[in-house]
Amino acid sequence: MTAYIPESQSETGVTEVKNTTCYMCACRCGIRVTLRDGEVRFIQGNPQHPLNKGVICAKGASGIMKQYSPARLTRPLLRKPGSERGDAEFEPISWDQAFNILEERLYRIRDTDPKQFALFTGRDQMQALTGMFAKQFGTPNYAAHGGFCSVNMAAGMIYTFGGSFWEFGGPDLERARLFIMIGTAEDHHSNPLKIAISQFKRDGGRFISINPVRTGYSAIADEWVPIKPGTDGALLLALINELIKQGLYDREFLIQYTNAAELVNLREGNEYGMFVRTEVPEEEGCFDPQNKLWWDRITNRAVLTHNKGADPRLMGEFELDADTPVKPAFQLLAERVKDYTPEWAAHVTGVPTETIRRIAHEMGVVARDQKIELPIPWTDVWDNEHETITGNPVAFHAMRGLAAHSNGFHSIRALSLLMTLLGTIDRPGGFRHKAPFPRPIPPCAKTGTGPESVRPNTPLGDLPLGWPAEPDDLFVDDDGEPVRIDKAFSWEYPLSVHGLMHNVITNAWRGDPYRIDTLMIFMANMAWNSTMNTERVREMLNDKNEDGEYKIPFIAVCDAFQSEMVAFADLVLPDTTYLERHDVMSMLDRPISEYDGPVDSVRIPVVPPTGECKPFQEVLIELGSRLKLPAFVSKDGSRKYRDYPDFIVNYETEPGSGIGFLAGWRGKGGEKFMRGEPNPNQWQMYEKNNCVYHYPLPKSYQYMRNWNKGYLEWAQRHRLIRFAEPINVHLYSEVLQQFRLAAQGKTEYRQPPERLRKRIATYFDPLPFYFDPLESQQTDKDKYPLKAITQRPMAMYHSWDSQNAWLRQIHAHNYLYMSPEVGTKGGFDDGDWVWVESMWGRVRCMCRFSEAVEPGTVWTWNAIGKASGAWNLEAAANESCKGFLLNHLISEELPPGTDGDHLSNSDPVTGQAAWYDVHVRVYKAEAGAQKTHPQFKTVHPLPGMKATPKSWLAFFAGRRR
Amino acid sequence: MTQLALVIDLNVCVGCHACVTSCKEWNTSGVAGYLSDDRPYGEDPTGTFFNRVQTFEVGEYPHCETVHFPKSCLHCEDPPCVPVCPTGASYKRPEDGIVLVDYDKCIGCKYCSWACPYGVREIDTHQKVMKKCTLCIDRIYDEALPESERKPACVLACPTSARLFGDIHDPDADVSVAIREEGGYALMPEWGTKPANHYLPRRKTRIRIHEDELVRADNPLKKEHERPVGPVREQTLDDVTSW
Amino acid sequence: MHPAFSVIFLTTLIGAGQGLFLALYSGEWFVHSRSGLPYSGEFYVRGSALSMGLLIAGLFASFFHLGRPERAWRSAAQWKTSWLSREVIVLPIVIVLVALYGTAHYFASTPDIAPPHIRREGTLWIGGATTAAVLALFLCTGMIYACIRFLQEWATPLTVFNYTLLGSASGFTLATALAQQYAAELTRYYGMWAVVVTLVALAMRTASLIRNTRIRRKSSLQTATGVKHQRITQRSQGLMGGSFNTREFFPGASPTRFQQLMWSFLVLVFPVPILLIIAGLFTEMAGFFAAAFLAQYLGLLAERWFFFAQANHPQNLYYQTMG
Ligand SMILES: Nc1nc2c(c(=O)[nH]1)N[C@H]1C(S)=C(S)[C@@H](COP(=O)(O)OP(=O)(O)OC[C@H]3O[C@@H](n4cnc5c(=O)[nH]c(N)nc54)[C@H](O)[C@@H]3O)O[C@H]1N2
Ligand SMILES: Nc1nc2c(c(=O)[nH]1)N[C@H]1C(S)=C(S)[C@@H](COP(=O)(O)OP(=O)(O)OC[C@H]3O[C@@H](n4cnc5c(=O)[nH]c(N)nc54)[C@H](O)[C@@H]3O)O[C@H]1N2
Ligand code: SF4
Ligand code: SF4
Ligand code: SF4
Ligand code: SF4
Ligand code: SF4
Ligand SMILES: [Mo]
Repeated sequence: MTAYIPESQSETGVTEVKNTTCYMCACRCGIRVTLRDGEVRFIQGNPQHPLNKGVICAKGASGIMKQYSPARLTRPLLRKPGSERGDAEFEPISWDQAFNILEERLYRIRDTDPKQFALFTGRDQMQALTGMFAKQFGTPNYAAHGGFCSVNMAAGMIYTFGGSFWEFGGPDLERARLFIMIGTAEDHHSNPLKIAISQFKRDGGRFISINPVRTGYSAIADEWVPIKPGTDGALLLALINELIKQGLYDREFLIQYTNAAELVNLREGNEYGMFVRTEVPEEEGCFDPQNKLWWDRITNRAVLTHNKGADPRLMGEFELDADTPVKPAFQLLAERVKDYTPEWAAHVTGVPTETIRRIAHEMGVVARDQKIELPIPWTDVWDNEHETITGNPVAFHAMRGLAAHSNGFHSIRALSLLMTLLGTIDRPGGFRHKAPFPRPIPPCAKTGTGPESVRPNTPLGDLPLGWPAEPDDLFVDDDGEPVRIDKAFSWEYPLSVHGLMHNVITNAWRGDPYRIDTLMIFMANMAWNSTMNTERVREMLNDKNEDGEYKIPFIAVCDAFQSEMVAFADLVLPDTTYLERHDVMSMLDRPISEYDGPVDSVRIPVVPPTGECKPFQEVLIELGSRLKLPAFVSKDGSRKYRDYPDFIVNYETEPGSGIGFLAGWRGKGGEKFMRGEPNPNQWQMYEKNNCVYHYPLPKSYQYMRNWNKGYLEWAQRHRLIRFAEPINVHLYSEVLQQFRLAAQGKTEYRQPPERLRKRIATYFDPLPFYFDPLESQQTDKDKYPLKAITQRPMAMYHSWDSQNAWLRQIHAHNYLYMSPEVGTKGGFDDGDWVWVESMWGRVRCMCRFSEAVEPGTVWTWNAIGKASGAWNLEAAANESCKGFLLNHLISEELPPGTDGDHLSNSDPVTGQAAWYDVHVRVYKAEAGAQKTHPQFKTVHPLPGMKATPKSWLAFFAGRRR
Repeated sequence: MTQLALVIDLNVCVGCHACVTSCKEWNTSGVAGYLSDDRPYGEDPTGTFFNRVQTFEVGEYPHCETVHFPKSCLHCEDPPCVPVCPTGASYKRPEDGIVLVDYDKCIGCKYCSWACPYGVREIDTHQKVMKKCTLCIDRIYDEALPESERKPACVLACPTSARLFGDIHDPDADVSVAIREEGGYALMPEWGTKPANHYLPRRKTRIRIHEDELVRADNPLKKEHERPVGPVREQTLDDVTSW
Repeated sequence: MHPAFSVIFLTTLIGAGQGLFLALYSGEWFVHSRSGLPYSGEFYVRGSALSMGLLIAGLFASFFHLGRPERAWRSAAQWKTSWLSREVIVLPIVIVLVALYGTAHYFASTPDIAPPHIRREGTLWIGGATTAAVLALFLCTGMIYACIRFLQEWATPLTVFNYTLLGSASGFTLATALAQQYAAELTRYYGMWAVVVTLVALAMRTASLIRNTRIRRKSSLQTATGVKHQRITQRSQGLMGGSFNTREFFPGASPTRFQQLMWSFLVLVFPVPILLIIAGLFTEMAGFFAAAFLAQYLGLLAERWFFFAQANHPQNLYYQTMG
């Protein structure tokens, strides 16, 4: 190295550069992969990509170590006859054998009872295809990870304003002046959020973070507001209280764009709590008909909403006729929050009263006084012409700190209302939607409604997942009991729009609601970090009936690595990595849209598959063809699609003009977008364009999309929505009220089983309210005084990066972080071994003291701990000896109670897994403790896996030095 | 004279470690490579990195700041690691101030690492020579790269643009402006090493709200209250007194 | 700092070698200045050989410290700035000079080669030059450590004095043992001086120990991070399996181990050899002086371990907590 000759000139190796999309996490940044002599030399962010604009993260930059990881599976494997699940004794088989096994099994199931086949998928990005496969197969037992992830966030907001954070929308930090981030550690939008926050701070914006722990983003907040876990609902309701009390709400916005001024019927009876409707001819559809009433201040009487010239009251109590008392929804909200004073909330949340007041004032005043006016004319759905787009520059972002609690749905409703009060929905500086959002409230997709929806050899008539709008939309039998294995869309969790993957194994094991035959798991580590009660669930996976047959007879796992789940498979399907396969980030699923318009993207292989790895997409298409599922075969029963890329291009929802998987370059020559005939060169066009299709909407369609006539008509034309109707904010939720009325026995609708009436009546409140999380209600808090939570480390993705030689040096094992007070009380010191115990079990780990944590909270990084030998790590690896998994302490079910014995430890509205509700105590471990507890039998490398380089490794692309 | 350097903005660094692994990734197959890893899949994995991100806690709960702190060779203007090197392997380039190690000369005596107060030099246990940040010298002068990418790998990677790169001797360079205007400082100034890399401190934004702003004439609550209508029927002053 | 055995052996071995030479040469002057004392040529020859042996063993040990010993020759390049480079140059010079000195004595004690008085003065001249080189070597070795200003335990002239005195002490002790065999007339002289040098070394070493307990650290977490706050704690050093920086700069020993080693060197380097030498002088029995040297050398190994381990590198501020 005497002279630094730029390497690219001096290298003799052949260098190639290829674009694709990262999948070291679900953020989906554009990457540029440089190869040298066919080996990955360097992965960088693609500067031309709209999402990450050239930056990359710690994981993305470590893709090399994922690609060449010794933990990779490379051959299909069958559990050795006679060996036990979990022992990871496999023999390699050919793909043909693997397909034969599956075909035979699935054919039989589909021919008899399709719901015996359950397909559940984890952190994948192909729900459009997996969901379609399930529908075509005819099984309702399909869901992705959303139920254990953040469905509260999706449901809470989509049921309120037709969009959400998560992958559906976000804060407009380019224009915001005040940004409040609640319960977010890293989020899906990893890189873009970081780009935006730092730009926001540089531009002088004020950033407040509400979080029990100060790490990552919270670290750079101007103000950190530590809060007790699970109490954000109280804080948000108190903020609303103060905003209403001070008149710091956007009255115009509430009146025009929400149901705040609409009159709620308060006459006892089956219309109680529903909006009063007049006789306007009702149109077919799932949207809100415009037939409700306002109370006009000027004429002092009820008028049709959006009546030109009317100025409705937000507050007050009126009589429509002698026996029909009515109140505007806003009045009900004001009454609701009356007792949620800052003083009260301070007590619940630990946030001082003055802080709550001050933050409320900051929000209200910034929203009101720093108004943004963009010179963009637009027309609303009521045909009012507007000269400008206005915005109130207060932006929020929230994630699982709100979502992952059993009271999360209502907390998120409260947040949605707060954002609405401030007038920040799809406006500059506030919240912004991303296509295909906003959706109608609720979105139109529906599931089946009874057992008859599932029939042999028949695709589902509806979708496996949907958005119930009323009790009649539930997927239950005549007794009101669930049709789905995870009990989603049942009276236990009526709005479980993403399913309840976290209960599938337990339910199937118990045979409640029924047994299944085959469980197929794709890209989810259900024997480890995506399962609650992990130790027990591992036993269930291995449990047998008296006749010696496994309680879950057959488990197929498609994974790319030797995860903990792989050990429990009967059949292992080795997947490719993201650098080896085609993928689409489709408008049919969760595309990577920007605020300014739809964006979708693709992956294009940059290296050939390793060993016999096969993309799961190809597996599904092969299976679909073999099983002759209608979508995958031609009329004559012959295979329709050569492979996945062929399928993506040629699959049409309706012949000739359908929306397909990819929105860009449709039509024969790529001249159309969103819909249009298949374009044989679509992949190449994506490839040429950095693997992205970005359609920036005209400026006048970019804001106020819930009510923007131009946008809504555009969206309808392009089949994003069915109706070009206004999507008014549901400040007051009639959907919830209808469930409540059913539970109260007041309506004709389907009725819940008796045991659940009280539960539904309580939690289906049309206005947000605060309650102690369900598990907390049933916990002895004197015995278990602390709350235990996890959060994501930025440099690790769930469980799957411990096989990455570079990333694991950053997080080799984990500690339980806590306030030094906890140690003082427990008589132990920083770094000591401790037991952390919940009412469900205990885990031994090492502790670390930290000042940056609310004293009633203990926390750790998620999923760093590993089972011994998994991921092809050595038995002595830190991950299994010093690392631990908090999931052992978290139950998938609540303690038996009045509402039933096997209720999921989830939000009673949405079925969102309540990861962050667990109460614990911490005490010193016995002297001499050296290892975490529990420990599991070491698994050994599987056939086809590379031997780990035991002593050292030096990666040098293209040639060895 | 040119002195290239990084300026790291602690005000926006979120501690994501992107700079850590992108540095490793670029350099392991670059002119400064390889960067070996020991026990990569075993107990206490360890390896050579040029850049590390650390975390500090400042203050006591609840008045506590978490500071993420990336650190690589600071390319000192008066680098104590250079004169002590017996072979001349460690040197500072006069043309741009980058401090480098010539792997062909280095004997792996580690003496330079003792002479660096910042703990940024690492000996590669397998190549057995001293290694450290090169400021990605094989990127920044590579004319085959587009101009916009002639920057260190860590700088291109950083999602918060917390890492600025440039010539701190050029008063108009971004880095110099940032140091000047944002209070840029050097680490351990007590040793007179004059680190070229600088750090920008945390800055806070606050909002002050005046009481009047809560009242305001156009307060929407006013629209919800009834204005008194018609004459008041109860007693008024007029009923009880006259002047 | 993490004490490296190669460096411990290097510095103690060459220290003893250099000290032994100084003892030989001072003995020669002593003899020279007192007519009446016999000239035992063999003593100087053997002594020089032993000194050379120690120096070469030290040099050999030093190679174990290098990642790339095959390039060791390069290390002479930077004599203008690097004390290490200077040491690398001076050490072979010393070895050569000591060899010359021994050779000269060999010739001096071989009667048929040259008239005794001429040969005798030759050894003194060579010895003088060698002494200068030895002192320069002590300076270089000491300065290697003393010049690193942020290793505050080392950055003091005491480091150079200690290297010189401790080396000399062990050299004189060794010379006493050697004299008992080959130049009995010098035993008492060496014994007394060994005691004296050891005592001075003790004073010096104690001074540095005391000094080191009083060091006011120039660097702190505040200066290391630039954050001005009373209370800063590291939450994470950014890596969990260790790195060069967590291995090279930390002693890797418990505080009790530290105390043990401090006391063992304080006992082994100073009182034990002194008592043994006195005992040897009184009883005139064989073995005491050799035992004294062995004890002292062992002690010096501990002393050198302690010397390294006690040095607190400011980089350690950055590597405190795994998390
Ligand atoms: N205690 C606690 N537990 C939690 C959470 C928490 O906050 N706290 N968070 C929950 C949440 S939100 C989520 S989303 C889940 C995530 O939990 P999982 O969905 O189980 O996520 P991963 O650990 O990422 O595991 C996914 C599997 O995908 C595999 N994989 C990686 N790349 C590929 C690929 O290209 N193809 C295939 N076929 N497989 C691949 C990995 O090897 C791994 O086995 O964890 C949940 N668990
Ligand atoms: N690097 C990386 N990125 C990821 C993932 C990953 O594993 N690694 N996982 C991806 C997935 S699947 C998901 S779902 C997202 C999740 O993204 P996040 O929602 O950001 O993830 P969590 O780690 O669950 O973060 C929850 C945050 O909420 C805080 N918190 C917990 N309880 C409460 C509470 O009651 N109130 C408040 N205010 N805060 C609370 C925690 O301290 C933590 O900071 O991240 C995605 N991105
Ligand atoms: S944020 Fe996710 S998608 Fe983006 S570079 Fe990092 S790992 Fe890849
Ligand atoms: S990449 Fe940027 S934000 Fe991330 S740790 Fe490095 S400097 Fe900080
Ligand atoms: S930071 Fe250390 S290695 Fe870098 S130039 Fe300064 S003293 Fe030398
Ligand atoms: S390790 Fe190499 S660079 Fe450092 S002082 Fe020794 S020879 Fe010089
Ligand atoms: S400048 Fe280059 S070598 Fe230095 S830390 Fe950044 S990426 Fe690493
Ligand atoms: Mo998730």
